[in-house]
Amino acid sequence: MQHVDGNAIAGPLAEFFAFDVTTSVARCSGCGAMAELARAMVYTSPAGSVLRCASCDQVLATLVESDDRAWIGFSGVSAIEVRRG
Amino acid sequence: MSDATATAATGAPAAPVASVPRAGWHVGTVVAVQRETPSAARIELDVATWPGNAAGQHLDVRLTAPDGYTATRSYSIASSGPSARVVLAVDKLPDGEVSPFLVDELRAGDQLEVRGPLGAFFVWRPATDAAAAASGARARPVQLIAGGSGVVPLYAMARAHHDARDLTPFRMLYSARTPDDVYFADELVALEASDAFRLDLVYTRRAPEGWPSPAGRITREALASAALPADEWPLVYVCGSTGFVERVASWLIELGHDARDIRTERFGGL
Amino acid sequence: MSFITRGFSGRSRERDDRLPPGQTLVHDFPVLSAGPTPEIDTAEWEFTIRTESGVHRWNWDEFMSLKIDEVDTDIHCVTHWSKLGTRWRGVSLDTLFEDVETQLDYVMAHSYGGYTTNVPLDELLDGKAWVAFEFDGEPLDPEHGGPARLLVPHLYFWKSAKWVRGLEMMDQDEPGFWEQNGYHLHGDPWKEERYW
Ligand SMILES: Cc1cc2nc3c(=O)[nH]c(=O)nc-3n(C[C@H](O)[C@H](O)[C@H](O)COP(=O)(O)OP(=O)(O)OC[C@H]3O[C@@H](n4cnc5c(N)ncnc54)[C@H](O)[C@@H]3O)c2cc1C
Ligand SMILES: [Zn+2]
Repeated sequence: MQHVDGNAIAGPLAEFFAFDVTTSVARCSGCGAMAELARAMVYTSPAGSVLRCASCDQVLATLVESDDRAWIGFSGVSAIEVRRG
Repeated sequence: MSDATATAATGAPAAPVASVPRAGWHVGTVVAVQRETPSAARIELDVATWPGNAAGQHLDVRLTAPDGYTATRSYSIASSGPSARVVLAVDKLPDGEVSPFLVDELRAGDQLEVRGPLGAFFVWRPATDAAAAASGARARPVQLIAGGSGVVPLYAMARAHHDARDLTPFRMLYSARTPDDVYFADELVALEASDAFRLDLVYTRRAPEGWPSPAGRITREALASAALPADEWPLVYVCGSTGFVERVASWLIELGHDARDIRTERFGGL
Repeated sequence: MSFITRGFSGRSRERDDRLPPGQTLVHDFPVLSAGPTPEIDTAEWEFTIRTESGVHRWNWDEFMSLKIDEVDTDIHCVTHWSKLGTRWRGVSLDTLFEDVETQLDYVMAHSYGGYTTNVPLDELLDGKAWVAFEFDGEPLDPEHGGPARLLVPHLYFWKSAKWVRGLEMMDQDEPGFWEQNGYHLHGDPWKEERYW
C-alpha cells in the first residue's frame, strides 16, 4: 500500500470540521516537526486512515468511520493551529 | 481575553485568509465522457450546487451499488473558477474498482455523487488578490512537474494562470508514456503559445520521431536541466503516482529546493 | 442522500450462510495497512514473550524447529470481507506458551513498525491462535505480514497482527492501535463487535 498526501483526506475531514484542517500546521509530538497536515503521509485503507509525520513516521492522527459515527484521534499531535475568520 | 478582542477589533486587520468554498456533497450530472488518451477519459460534470473551486483542488466521487456497498475515490479537478461545470480526467487501472467504471461505463446523463471542493493546500492562485498586491511581494515563478494523470491539477493551475493573464513565469515538466498518452495535449500546446508558459515533455516509453531525447524515465539530470533552478526561488508543484512524486521530490531537495517550497499530490500506486 | 449509481457493482461480493453477520465473501486477499510495510530479514527476526518474570526469545531457526501446525480456517475482516478455507502454516501459541509461566491474563501483541493489538490470553490458547509464516503454500509475503504474523481467526482480522515480533503480558486489558482509535476492544465477528 502506497501512501498519499494529507491533502487526500480533506474530504473525510470536511465532514467533521468547518474549515479545511489539512491546511493547519500541526506539531509532531515525536520529533517536534511542524508542518501542514496536508504534508503528512496518509495510509488509507477501508479500516481507516492513518496520518504519519513526514519527518519521523510517527502516527500523528487517525480517522475511523462507520456508517453512523467517526473517531478522530490526534495521538501524535502536541498542538494544531486553527486560524480565526 | 477582552483585551485581545479589543486589539483585534481596533488593530490592523489580519491578512485575509484566501478562502475556498466550503466542501459538501453534491449531485453532478455527466455532460460528456470523452476519450482523453488510450487509457483515460475526460469527464465533464454539471454540478448545479457547486460553489466553484481553486486550481489544484480535488473532489471525492462516491459510487453506490444496488446492495448499498459504496466506493469512494479522489479525483483532481482540471477546471477552476466559479463555474458549475467540473472537468475530471481519469486513468483506467485495469484491476481497479472505480476507475474502469468511470472510464468505460459512465455516460452522459448519469448522475454522480461528489464531495468537494477539497484540499486548499495543493492550490495555486493568480497573484491578483489584494493581499499579494498590498504586501508588494514579487510573485514567485512556478514549476509544475507531472507524471501521467498527475497533470490534471497542474493543467488546472496552468490554465488559471493563463486565464488570469498572470505573467508570473510558469513551467511544466510533464512525463508521459507516449505522445498518445498526453492529457490535454491540444490545450497545453495552446497555452505554450503564450509567453509566460513553457512546456517540457519527457516520454517514458515511446517518443515522437526526431525527439531530441530517447524515451525513458525522467532522470535527475533531466529534472535539473528542465526545471527552474532553486536560486530562482520557484514554487514547485509535483503530482503523479506515489513512486513518481517520491523520486522527483527527493531530487528537488538534492538540487537545493527548500522542502517548504515543494507541494506534492500523490495519487497512490508505485 | 445516497442513490444507486447506474451500472456500478464494485468488486464481486457474495453472501454465504457460513459468514458472520454483515460479511461478504471475497476471493482475493485485500491488504489493510496503517503504515509502511516493514522489510524484515529472517536473519534479524526475533519473537519474544515478555512476562512478569522475564523474556522468552526465539530466533528464526529456533522458531522453525518448533512443532508446526497446518491451519485451515476462515478469516473475517472488520471491513466486511471474509475469506473461507484459507490455508496457513505456523506455530501454535500453545506450543510457544508451553514453558512460559505467567499469572497475567492479557496480551499486547507488538509488531515491527510499531503496530499493537490486544487479546486476552485465554483467546490465544487451546488451538485458537498461531504465529503463521506460510499462506497458501508460500512464505508469507511482507504485504500480508511476512515473515510472520499472528493468526487469531476467531476474532476480526485486525487482531491477527502482521509483522508480529512479540507478546507482552499485561494484568489488565488495554487497547492496542486500532482499539484506541475506534475499534472494539474484543472484536468477535459473530457478535459484530466492530467499534467501541
Ligand atoms: C488527491 C488525489 C487525486 C487524484 N486524482 C486523480 C486524477 O485526477 N485522475 C486519476 O486517474 N486518478 C486520480 N487519483 C487516483 C484515484 O483516486 C484512484 O486511486 C485511482 O483511480 C484508482 O482507483 P481504482 O478504484 O480504479 O483502483 P483500486 O481498486 O483502488 O486499486 C487497484 C490497484 O491499483 C493500485 N493503485 C491505486 N492507485 C493507483 C495509482 N494512482 N497508480 C497506479 N496504481 C494504483 C492499487 O494499489 C491496487 O493494486 C487521485 C488520487 C488522490 C489521492
Ligand atoms: Zn515527527
